[in-house]
Amino acid sequence: MSASFTAAAPSEVGAAPPAAPPTLPSPADEVRRFWAVAAFGALLVAIGLGAAHFMETHGHAVTGMSNQIVWGLPHVFAIFMIVAASGVLNVASVGSVFGQTVYKARAPLSGLLSLALLGGGLFVLMLDLGRPDRIVVAATHYNFKSVFAWNVFLYSGLFAIVAVYLWTLMERRMNRYAPAAGLAAFIWRFVLTTGTGSIFAFLVARQAYASALLAPMFIVLSFAWGLAVFLIVQSAMYAWNGLALPVAIQRRMTRLLGIFVAAAAYMVLVYHGTQLYATKLHGFERFLLLDGGVYPLLFWVGYVGLGTLWPLTLLLAPSPLGVRGTVLAAALVVLGGFAFLYAFIVGGQAWPLDIFSGYTASSTFMDGQVDAYTPRLPEWLLGLGGLGLAFLVTAVGVRVLRFMPQDDFARFDLAAGQPVATTGTTAARKG
Amino acid sequence: MTSHRRAWITGSAAAALGVAIAPGIRLIEVAQARTSGEAASAKVRWGLLIDTSKCDSGCDACVKACSDENGLQSAIEDRQRPQWIRKVMLTEVKTGRQASAPMMCQHCAEPPCVDVCPTGASFKRADGIVLVDRHACIGCRYCMMACPYKARSFVHEPLANQRAQVPRGQGCVESCTLCVHRVDRGEQPACVEACAAAGRGAILFGDLNDANSEIARRVRALATQPLRADLGLDPGVRYQGL
Repeated sequence: MSASFTAAAPSEVGAAPPAAPPTLPSPADEVRRFWAVAAFGALLVAIGLGAAHFMETHGHAVTGMSNQIVWGLPHVFAIFMIVAASGVLNVASVGSVFGQTVYKARAPLSGLLSLALLGGGLFVLMLDLGRPDRIVVAATHYNFKSVFAWNVFLYSGLFAIVAVYLWTLMERRMNRYAPAAGLAAFIWRFVLTTGTGSIFAFLVARQAYASALLAPMFIVLSFAWGLAVFLIVQSAMYAWNGLALPVAIQRRMTRLLGIFVAAAAYMVLVYHGTQLYATKLHGFERFLLLDGGVYPLLFWVGYVGLGTLWPLTLLLAPSPLGVRGTVLAAALVVLGGFAFLYAFIVGGQAWPLDIFSGYTASSTFMDGQVDAYTPRLPEWLLGLGGLGLAFLVTAVGVRVLRFMPQDDFARFDLAAGQPVATTGTTAARKG
Repeated sequence: MTSHRRAWITGSAAAALGVAIAPGIRLIEVAQARTSGEAASAKVRWGLLIDTSKCDSGCDACVKACSDENGLQSAIEDRQRPQWIRKVMLTEVKTGRQASAPMMCQHCAEPPCVDVCPTGASFKRADGIVLVDRHACIGCRYCMMACPYKARSFVHEPLANQRAQVPRGQGCVESCTLCVHRVDRGEQPACVEACAAAGRGAILFGDLNDANSEIARRVRALATQPLRADLGLDPGVRYQGL
């Protein structure tokens, strides 16, 4: 969040008239603003930790989860962030692996966001455990047949690979290794999201999940969710510095998000299509898509309407809203992602297991019944704590190191006839 | 910062880290001191045969006996309360015929809960009894997602008045142990005894591998079936009359 830039610069490509330069805060004000932002993130983290402590002290009885819905709202937050952490790296991959200069300049921010989101997701996932104090057991005892155990390696591996990748991008002497590190990160994130999808895909007993399509579906969803998060953060950072994203770059990234959102919708369509093909799954699909109360509402209104169709109209049709339209679309994609995951994770468990084929069943253990789940306050607060951690890591990271795209700034300064003293020197352009 | 001071700080940090994690590592060693299958024999395959025609829908003697034996009393709502065994009321969709049956961990030969457990806390003894190591369970609930029988419970609340022979833990997953503490003493599971005492005799316990045992003879002679046979998990619990 360097305050060394003095004016919003119009793009050399765009036709929009130059906007009036916003008034930037003084350096002292800027420092105060940074501390306020950091304190806000730290407060969210503290609230999340408090919620986790409350859950650990009183047990999960204080949550809405049950012996039927064993993964609730915290898993929605955690899995969104972990999937988005993989997807947000796509920006770096398009640069490093596919050689697109515009994206190359964004690789450091993409890597930072990946670490921040993964940290936030794991924060929620770990603190929702029944015994979070036994992390050392999870880190020292592995059952290699378990997809969860694979994921422990995949998560720690992503941290390490992205950290090395960022090092190669930001340390001039290491720049020549950046393409190799970028390729490694690209491959690793594919494997990681395959692992996330497989957590569900291998649950053969459950109507909602046992599908090999889930791994590729999560990969494509990660493209959309990750890029959406990237665009929101990038816009916020530019606005913070009083800069405007060049129209050409904004258009490219907007179109790409549109393609990702459409591809994700296609995967979701195929997933439900295959489910509907199997007669034994008709009851579950009817529940999830038609008469299951909150779940069809979240799927159709939340994911399909707000999270897919509306963003697609904003992203693919010419929008008078410009960059604001892109940010609105990205925010809608994120909201749609949460709605999708809630219906997928919670709705998939709410529907009873079919244990006694040919019989209807009832018991004190919710056999044959749809379990009514309402997330309670500690679950919301824990999830927000995870988002807070991702926010805090991003804010501090951008503050202390040069994660922002630098090439564009340099070009603007030249176009505006201003000196380039503090810009354009970073290794980011070489990524 | 001098190199001497830096070395001192590094050394102190390493020592602090060692002190912090050593107790945890020590606990793991203790937990592993006796391997899970050591006392059990693979020649035995403990199992249950449930005759639904003898099970009375109004009787819950097995559920009460399990609760008493294992100290499962709880005041929280049913959907969060641990239930190692439950009575399921069944109505055949095509005919309307009604039946009831107890439902518990099916002690699969190929247990999905063991497959998915990241730490290996879910394990199967050599004699086929599927258990949870309370010292290694991190409470991730993946086994509950994977169990096709909904046989596992998560301990949602702080525990009090535990039975010495049945250690439990808040934040851990648990399920029917087939009263392993009784079986190892040569006794029958509490539910089996209670069902017989109630005059039903709907649950038969025994060694499926012993061709001369009552359970093996009945399984051989009668049409019995495992639940979710389509999954090929080879449960140790079989049902008659469904």
